[in-house]
Amino acid sequence: MGGALQGPPMKLAATAEKSAALHIRQAVRADVPALIALDEEVTGLAKPKYWEEIFDRYGAPRRQPLFFLVAEQGGRIEGFIVGEVRAWEFGSPPCGWIFAIQVRPTTRLAGVATQLYNALCDAFRRTGVKKVRTMMARNNQLILSFFRSQGMMAGPFIELETTLE
Amino acid sequence: MMKLQKATSFALFAVLDLAAQPERPQSVIEIAERYGISAHHLAKVLRDLGRAGIVNSARGVGGGYRLVANPKRLTLLDIIQIFEPPGREPAGGNDPELATDAGRALRLVLDEIDEHVLATFRSITVSTMLKLMVRRPWSASLERSAPKAATGR
Ligand SMILES: CC(C)(COP(=O)(O)OP(=O)(O)OC[C@H]1O[C@@H](n2cnc3c(N)ncnc32)[C@H](O)[C@@H]1OP(=O)(O)O)[C@@H](O)C(=O)NCCC(=O)NCCS
Repeated sequence: MGGALQGPPMKLAATAEKSAALHIRQAVRADVPALIALDEEVTGLAKPKYWEEIFDRYGAPRRQPLFFLVAEQGGRIEGFIVGEVRAWEFGSPPCGWIFAIQVRPTTRLAGVATQLYNALCDAFRRTGVKKVRTMMARNNQLILSFFRSQGMMAGPFIELETTLE
Repeated sequence: MMKLQKATSFALFAVLDLAAQPERPQSVIEIAERYGISAHHLAKVLRDLGRAGIVNSARGVGGGYRLVANPKRLTLLDIIQIFEPPGREPAGGNDPELATDAGRALRLVLDEIDEHVLATFRSITVSTMLKLMVRRPWSASLERSAPKAATGR
């Protein structure tokens, strides 16, 4: 059962009003080729190793659950969201952390990402965390607008970096 | 520190009010009274918004201003830029003292702040603002910090 995800089983509400056939479920290893293709379609880069690795991490025992949800419609994956619970980074109590979301360009603006986001928040809620965080490129207006539209605002952390010389 | 020009705030108030009731045209007087601001100044601001294609107006009975831009796509930056052209240099423009190391270091810091400001205004749409106004996250923090001040809100 290498592809089985950790964390509580997903019980997703029937958010079906908008797009009847859209189904949100946990990703399984058999989804990897479709995910690689979708990621390549969105970013222009094929990263098979990266996606394989994410799934390998599922197999390993983890203290904190990792969530990988896909939105499927008519047997095709239209989008996905990945998140995990992170604990005690810089003194922060455990929080839900979203680290990827993508929706197929031809399926956008139909609420797919909103459904993925809500499903992930439900999953986070069930673990007992009270906050959800994410980080993205400041110039990625699209994804920034999306998270803002979900009510997210700047949190109490600031990201810093340096160039190692 | 961050402060908007009066005209910019008036424009944001007007757009938010028009977006909140898209089916009902509103007059300058009505909006001005709600915020206790100068109707004369607001009228000029609304004309500027009209020229930018964000609102339009109809005369006569049932007339007034309406939002014509798409509130789900119209960002705070779209509105702010009409009244605060990006050319306005916050750090004193091209003054010679800015060509020093201290001046350049200061500029780097100010640019960093500007980047954040722009990304924030660019990512918040009028619809997102309306949702924020419905959620009223400030009332929770008001109640926590000063329960008396929050009564009646
Ligand atoms: C951001 C993204 C996930 C949104 O997916 P989506 O399914 O189209 O989103 P939804 O339909 O649920 O949109 C929800 C809200 O987000 C905001 N939004 C989405 N697309 C937007 C756009 N093009 N412009 C402005 N706001 C937008 C809107 O407020 C929208 O609500 P509305 O439709 O009621 O206006 C999708 O555009 C995407 O995959 N973009 C690329 C992501 C990326 O760069 N990933 C790489 C890093 S992981």
